Amino acid sequence: MTGPSIECVQLTKNFGTFTALSRLDLKLEGAKCVGFLGPNGAGKTTALKMLTDMIFPSSGECFINGINVREERKKALAEAGVLIESPEIYPSLTPRQALEMVCDLRGVPPEHRRDRIEEVLSEVKMQDWVDKRFGKFSKGMKQRINIAAALVHDPGVVILDEPATGLDPRGMAEVRDIVRGLKRRNRLIFMSSHILQEVTDVCDEVALIDKGKLLFYDTLSNVTSKFADGAPTIDVGLSRPLGDEKVLKQVEGLTGVTSCVLLEPKRLRLKFKGGPTAQEQLLASLVELKIGVITLSEPESALEEIYLKQISKGD
Amino acid sequence: MSETEVETKPEPAGSHSHVPGSFQQILKLTRAQFQEYLSSRRFVILLGIVAMIGLIITVVIGAFHDRAFLQALVSSPLAFYGSFWGGAASFVIVLSAVFFGGDAIAGEFQNKTGYFLMGLPIRRTTIYVGKYIAALLASICVLIVFFLIILANGVYYFGGDALPWQFGPSLLLSIIYLVAVLSTTFLFSSLFKTSAYGFVLTAVLFIIGFSLLQDVVQSILDYQPWMVISYASSAIGGVFGTATDPCTGAVINTINWGLNGIYGIPGGPAARAGCPATGGPREALLSGPTWTPGIAEAVVIMVGYFVITSIVGLLSFEREEFA
Ligand SMILES: Nc1ncnc2c1ncn2[C@@H]1O[C@H](COP(=O)(O)OP(=O)(O)OP(=O)(O)O)[C@@H](O)[C@H]1O
Ligand SMILES: [Mg+2]
Repeated sequence: MTGPSIECVQLTKNFGTFTALSRLDLKLEGAKCVGFLGPNGAGKTTALKMLTDMIFPSSGECFINGINVREERKKALAEAGVLIESPEIYPSLTPRQALEMVCDLRGVPPEHRRDRIEEVLSEVKMQDWVDKRFGKFSKGMKQRINIAAALVHDPGVVILDEPATGLDPRGMAEVRDIVRGLKRRNRLIFMSSHILQEVTDVCDEVALIDKGKLLFYDTLSNVTSKFADGAPTIDVGLSRPLGDEKVLKQVEGLTGVTSCVLLEPKRLRLKFKGGPTAQEQLLASLVELKIGVITLSEPESALEEIYLKQISKGD
Repeated sequence: MSETEVETKPEPAGSHSHVPGSFQQILKLTRAQFQEYLSSRRFVILLGIVAMIGLIITVVIGAFHDRAFLQALVSSPLAFYGSFWGGAASFVIVLSAVFFGGDAIAGEFQNKTGYFLMGLPIRRTTIYVGKYIAALLASICVLIVFFLIILANGVYYFGGDALPWQFGPSLLLSIIYLVAVLSTTFLFSSLFKTSAYGFVLTAVLFIIGFSLLQDVVQSILDYQPWMVISYASSAIGGVFGTATDPCTGAVINTINWGLNGIYGIPGGPAARAGCPATGGPREALLSGPTWTPGIAEAVVIMVGYFVITSIVGLLSFEREEFA
């Protein structure tokens, strides 16, 4: 049994003379979460819609678990959970009825339905609304049910187009938890998002597109180290303000460090060269300096920096 | 993955699910969609309209059945059912087909409910057919309500025993007509992505368009309007044979079961030539079309519409993009 996979081969979409997506080659394989990034109008939704046979490629093709989506829509989508364009559900239905319809059409055996429906509804924190009609739901509540509907049959491949759309901050955090849970269960998640923090938090890999073209597809750590002037970056949080210039020089003198900037009195940004081993050593010696190190993290804005840099290159 | 595979943690994805065949899915979708229709405001409104039509008919018959212009219509069960059921059923059919079919597909785009279905492992054809059958069932419910109103009137005036056997074929014809009209409205609704267009176009088409076309074909071009679906609908009443003998004025049951339409109504003006000059009080109860379809002809026209519009509608929906 091979792992879950998504593949786009030379995937292209023209709307009239406008090319929304141009020759996208992308192969995602195995249990992980891949973030799909790009500015508004980059072609993310267009790609995801072709991946789910909602629209048709002008050329090229796509596969879910090796099954050609265009040729065998039913078989391919049987393996996937899909949420695209925040769809609406018939207003007279309740979440329970809607999810039962999904289970019915997807062939989830009746004996598992109750449990599954309850499980996903509690994952999206909508247990209290099971028997209320959609007509009265807020945008975020509908989106929660849409997420539940995409997951109710426990798919191996999950395709989400901006799942956090319309969700409150807690809802966004819950989406992250859901994605983490899916990863633990060896699912492949392909998720477009504008929330870089979300991507940094849960994604293992990122694909960035702009104006219909793929700029890069790589692991998150490769991306952050490759594009941040070639040097990995680390933010160091301190419990007390860094004493004087001398201490800063000391830090700069540590093996591998190429630059050291004091962002705030209690926050340092280090760039260094070398792989994970160098990083491990560096962190140990940092702690030994007894300057009050309390946190070590990849800078939150790393992805944003790269994102903006890459996008503006195209202009 | 095989079913005998030992389940380890974490469980293989969707290991319990087995997507049902398309036929099964159509039934499941039909059920869900039918419930949606029955609980929709649109259904209530339609029932209201139909009840009103029924009420108007009831009141008019009640108040004026001894006046000259209605006397003939209530003179016998055949004439009664032929004119009131036969005359109004096709209107009720068109009305519910427009209500349920006019935006059936367009509405899925406009309301974005289609995106929900399209994320499921389900063929486009399944969605189209499932919605069609649901709309058909909902329309049949409406038609039954109307039928019961007419029946109640008939039983009141003629008693329960006076139910003519012609009701059998007439009901069957009305269902076939509904099938054809609905598949036509479905086709038109699949050409648009905005509900209003589908509604307006099908409403205009069926309420004015087709009868206009029919008039043009038969009156101006002087040609049998077999290509117009509304022409076939007169068979619903025609099967009661509500023509009067041109010589005696008695209602005669002359049904044209054939494949060929007749110019004028059976036993109508064309036959009058043979009557004594003094005879013939009224030549026809219905001063309707100049052509009357044969029953078999009407069925062929309806089935033809159904087959052609279904094929074109399905093909166009198969290529529909949810952009
Ligand atoms: N049906 C359509 N007809 C014409 N152009 C379209 C259509 N759908 C999308 N486009 C164009 O294709 C391009 C890509 O759109 P798409 O929706 O894929 O962007 P996106 O990356 O999802 O953007 P966002 O982040 O805003 O969701 C846009 O320029 C858009 O105008
Ligand atoms: Mg989008």
